[in-house]
Amino acid sequence: MNIKKLNLNSHTLLLLITIVLFIILYGLGCILYSNKGFTHLQTFLNILITNAGLICITCGMTCVMLTAGIDISVGGLVAMDCMLIAVGLNKGIPAPLMVILVIVIGILFGLMQGFFVGYLNIQPFIVSMAGMFFTRGMTAVISTDQVSITEQSSPLYYAWANYKIKLPFGGYINNKGVYNAPYIRINVIIALIVLIAIFFMLRHTRFGRNLYAVGGNEQSAAMMGLNIKNVKLKAYTLSSFLCSIGGICFSLNTMSGSVQQALGLEMDAISSAVIGGTLLTGGVGNVIGSFFGVLINGTISSIVKTNGKLASSWPNILTAALLFLFIVIQSIFAAIRNKKMH
Amino acid sequence: MKKSIFLTIIILTISLLSGCSRANEITSANSAEVISDNKSSGSITIGFSQVGAESDWRNINTESMKKSLSADNGYSLIYDDGQQKQQNQIIAIRTFIQKEVDYIVLAPVIEDGWNTVLAEAKDAGIPVILVDRKVNVEDNELFTCWVGSDFELEGRKVCEWLNEYCKANAIDAENINIVNIKGTEGASAELGRSRSLHKAVNKYGWNLLDEASGDFTQAKGREVMAGFLRKHKDINVVYCENDNEAFGAIDAIEAAGKKAGNDIMHGEIMILAFDGSTEQAINEIRNGRISCIGECNPLHGPRVEKIISNLEKGIIPDKYEYVDEDIFSADTSVKTITLDDISYNIVTP
Repeated sequence: MNIKKLNLNSHTLLLLITIVLFIILYGLGCILYSNKGFTHLQTFLNILITNAGLICITCGMTCVMLTAGIDISVGGLVAMDCMLIAVGLNKGIPAPLMVILVIVIGILFGLMQGFFVGYLNIQPFIVSMAGMFFTRGMTAVISTDQVSITEQSSPLYYAWANYKIKLPFGGYINNKGVYNAPYIRINVIIALIVLIAIFFMLRHTRFGRNLYAVGGNEQSAAMMGLNIKNVKLKAYTLSSFLCSIGGICFSLNTMSGSVQQALGLEMDAISSAVIGGTLLTGGVGNVIGSFFGVLINGTISSIVKTNGKLASSWPNILTAALLFLFIVIQSIFAAIRNKKMH
Repeated sequence: MKKSIFLTIIILTISLLSGCSRANEITSANSAEVISDNKSSGSITIGFSQVGAESDWRNINTESMKKSLSADNGYSLIYDDGQQKQQNQIIAIRTFIQKEVDYIVLAPVIEDGWNTVLAEAKDAGIPVILVDRKVNVEDNELFTCWVGSDFELEGRKVCEWLNEYCKANAIDAENINIVNIKGTEGASAELGRSRSLHKAVNKYGWNLLDEASGDFTQAKGREVMAGFLRKHKDINVVYCENDNEAFGAIDAIEAAGKKAGNDIMHGEIMILAFDGSTEQAINEIRNGRISCIGECNPLHGPRVEKIISNLEKGIIPDKYEYVDEDIFSADTSVKTITLDDISYNIVTP
């Protein structure tokens, strides 16, 4: 009873820290750069638009990390998805079919990784590293060129990417006298649906609870009769599935395929999840936290870009500092938990 | 239990404090700049999204923009380094739109995928000027104009110089055996310069022995050249698509016990190169190890500045504005070359 209560406490506390930190950072941006358009609603929406893909991917990453695993293949998978979509559409394959194809490939890829991790008991890091090399390599096999998606290649996909969902409030007239209504793009809607779905899945389904159980203590989970192998298989499949959806969101934002795309995206996803309060040791975490983790990373980069005079290396340094901070907090929690258990 | 609650409170406080102190650092670092921004409130604000800082050429290009669009000239420049990622550049352009800049200058890292974000800039009424690389967009109205180099012309100049050199020194075309160390495949510079070489080879009847990509780097250039030297015994001209590849080729030639120079009928290997933006390249011209360089001018700043000041006056620029570029050689047997009835003087540094 005692253990459970403490677990819940530390869990919500990490989430709370993340949310407070986001509010501080964003508020700071608003105060410092109110004259540079930081207070526009669109600045916040831009963070969502640019990071829609990352939100989906981080949701998947969080599920995997809950089982004390990791999936570093996501960046490569996104690059492969973008390339597949770009090449496929240019070959005249209809956009809906291409989207389904990408998702099916993602699921198959995830099943494979999950099988290796769950049933063959290989280190998740090694498995997903192999996955990363494979997907990056396959991207180059599909094409080494930069392939762009144009209106000619697929009018439907082009329309999806350029569709603005305008909001009826929060607009402003810029210095050129043009009224700018705030808007989001389709990928933001997709990302938010994914976020809510995974949030409820983790809270209210048996599978969701199993993820926490496996990561919290694998041995006791096994003793309770949980099929750990199956849970891990499903976790990695879910991660790659969400990563494919994220890849589509990413593709809707960049409208091109290239071997160089989404380099280091896996690290962005992991850092967002960690900042969001997900423990690398498993068992603790929440997609809402991860969502705020993505927003914090987006806000940092937005602040640095709005400032315009800071070097672009600053977001990396700030993210590093935040990560360090969170890892220290997490290790303290882990220490407390271990102490209580023994 | 009490202890752990106490501990969590401490941690929370520490984390909040560290959040604030980091925030303060940003504030103090920028307070000076914020003031200077307010001072120059009447100036023209320009957002410049640069590819990154991957080569000497790029750094000179960045410096040129910063210098021309300085506060002294009445501009307020917001510079953003994209670190070779398109994603970063897209974020930068969206930030520029929110900051209500007057102009956006974009040096795109790749040519594709700019439709959406350039349309956003257009909707906000902000003109976009492209520099260096072009972009593939259906709607040419998405950008105001493009400033950069004519890579094909650079290639034609160097090939024409070789032709004139052969004429001046009575060397037959069939004795010219060329290898081409290409740039990164698919890059605009590689495409333009390779196209010119292929046309010239057909036109003048030279022998093109081999081609391979050196990725615009010295290490790869050396590797490719070493391979060529093993494979072909009679190479006498190397066409390197940038300076760094040429440096690599020189290393490989000297490692093979041969000499880089102009005397191609007596065993020397002639090196032709592009860019000429660094002191090292110009020195190689002076000491004769590189025979000819087609300049790729990184100084885009003055031209961009001119276009913006014209736009302010309501003068619409040409859609494609090419920067002026020279051709360098220390050889004195060719003084000028003529292409399309325009003659270019050979510059001896």
